[in-house]
Amino acid sequence: MKAFTYERAKTPLDAAKAVAAKEGAKFLAGGTNLLDLMKLEIETPVHLVDVQDLKLNQIEATDDGGLRIGAFVTNTALASDERVRRDYGVLTRAIVAGASGQLRNKATTAGNLLQRTRCPYFYDTNMPCNKRKPGSGCAAIGGVTRQLGVIGTSSACVATYPGDMAVALRVLDATVETVDPQGKTRAIPIADFHRLWGDKPHIETTLLPGELITAVTLPKPIGGKHFYHKVRDRASYAFALVSVAAVIQQDGSGRVAFGGVAPKPWRVEAAEASMKQGAKAVAAKVFAGAKPAKDNAFKITLAERTLAGILAEARG
Amino acid sequence: MDELNGFPVSRRELLGGGAAAAAATAAPMSAEAAEGAVNAQAPTMPCSFEVNGQQRDLDLDPRTTLLDALREHLHLTGTKKGCDHGQCGACTVIVNGQRINACLSLAVQHTGDKITTIEGLGQPGNLHTMQAAFIKHDGYQCGYCTPGQICSAVAVLDEIKRGVPSHVQTDIAAAAQFTNMELRERMSGNICRCGAYSNIAEAVAEVAGGVA
Repeated sequence: MKAFTYERAKTPLDAAKAVAAKEGAKFLAGGTNLLDLMKLEIETPVHLVDVQDLKLNQIEATDDGGLRIGAFVTNTALASDERVRRDYGVLTRAIVAGASGQLRNKATTAGNLLQRTRCPYFYDTNMPCNKRKPGSGCAAIGGVTRQLGVIGTSSACVATYPGDMAVALRVLDATVETVDPQGKTRAIPIADFHRLWGDKPHIETTLLPGELITAVTLPKPIGGKHFYHKVRDRASYAFALVSVAAVIQQDGSGRVAFGGVAPKPWRVEAAEASMKQGAKAVAAKVFAGAKPAKDNAFKITLAERTLAGILAEARG
Repeated sequence: MDELNGFPVSRRELLGGGAAAAAATAAPMSAEAAEGAVNAQAPTMPCSFEVNGQQRDLDLDPRTTLLDALREHLHLTGTKKGCDHGQCGACTVIVNGQRINACLSLAVQHTGDKITTIEGLGQPGNLHTMQAAFIKHDGYQCGYCTPGQICSAVAVLDEIKRGVPSHVQTDIAAAAQFTNMELRERMSGNICRCGAYSNIAEAVAEVAGGVA
């Protein structure tokens, strides 16, 4: 691990200022992804600003009937919250489908949004990777692509956003709240938070340098039946080949987003108008223009069938 | 004979020479030099937490993980280093009542925390019920994953009691019950290369008062 200095910030603004003040500085929340990557020297921050003392660990009701989830709320705390389990079941289901109990106890809401891809070529420092080392090329293209993306990818990178929680947040139309080093706050719709990275795969989100996530807000509950079905190579503790987050209403209408297929949680709102016609009709629109490789073309069929299973369960 | 072969060098000398050449090549970035540069950049930091009921004050390179602080600085070697990347669970310890991977946490993140390791759960002659159950049910072979399994198992029973939900619950809003499926799901972050899983499940089930 490369050497770094460490500080604990006292307020969100101080944290943002501290990261902006030093080139190569990073925020440290739970550390479950960052420290892993630092050990591999894929991440080499020179300074870490620990955000655990910022008092961002509360979940509170908002004026419009939703919830504001502090950035530092752990995955376990968020999944366990009674209001989340009752009104946003897709979110609890997505969180507990990911990682292990130990990791969920440490991983945070903001950190989960910022977790980096699990593309094996990103992790292998002997391989070229435009995400790890911009301009070095992409060894994944033409390589082993079973885990990789089928849509929204580019000729520079075919990796996926690996997480589960954000797929549920996408279905729930969550908003990411931030503060920048000048003290300016903004609210980023989750749809705009992760980028389709094109020729700059090392820039994964729309956050600006030093901008700190302070909370994730959920609009008021939308009812319906909540599903998060994750298909993976093991029954537990593995990243998704395909995951499907869905909220289906009694009349058969609903919302759906897909994980494990793209650089961001993949939702095509226009396709949801076809929900009553079934999974095939939805998937045809969601995956229109997909560019799968030989090893991962199965993901499109798998996504459609996983959604079909959800729709059958919703009717049942 | 050496002259005839044109090879007046023994194998040992050749290897020795090779090593010296390699060292010479590496000299500009020798380990010591790098260490010196690193130390100049990263001075140590004070770090205080409670381990197994005892206040511990350390002065650490910020890079030191909680796992290395426990093992290398406090010599609590019960907690094991397996993969060192959060994949195997051998390093599981309980921090402020919650199990975490000690390898994916910096020691300096834990100032003020209360940490329980396998040594704090029980000692020879005064075993924790989970330790005793692992012995009774032969919940290990080589034993390397065992401290992590036991810390994790103790925390899992507490998580079920506190109503932490899991992936295998049919009704996510309902309270979890102790079942074999629940246990397997909740313990999936602890890998046992010897495959003692069924015996581990029996041990934990006995402590839980349930059926494995």
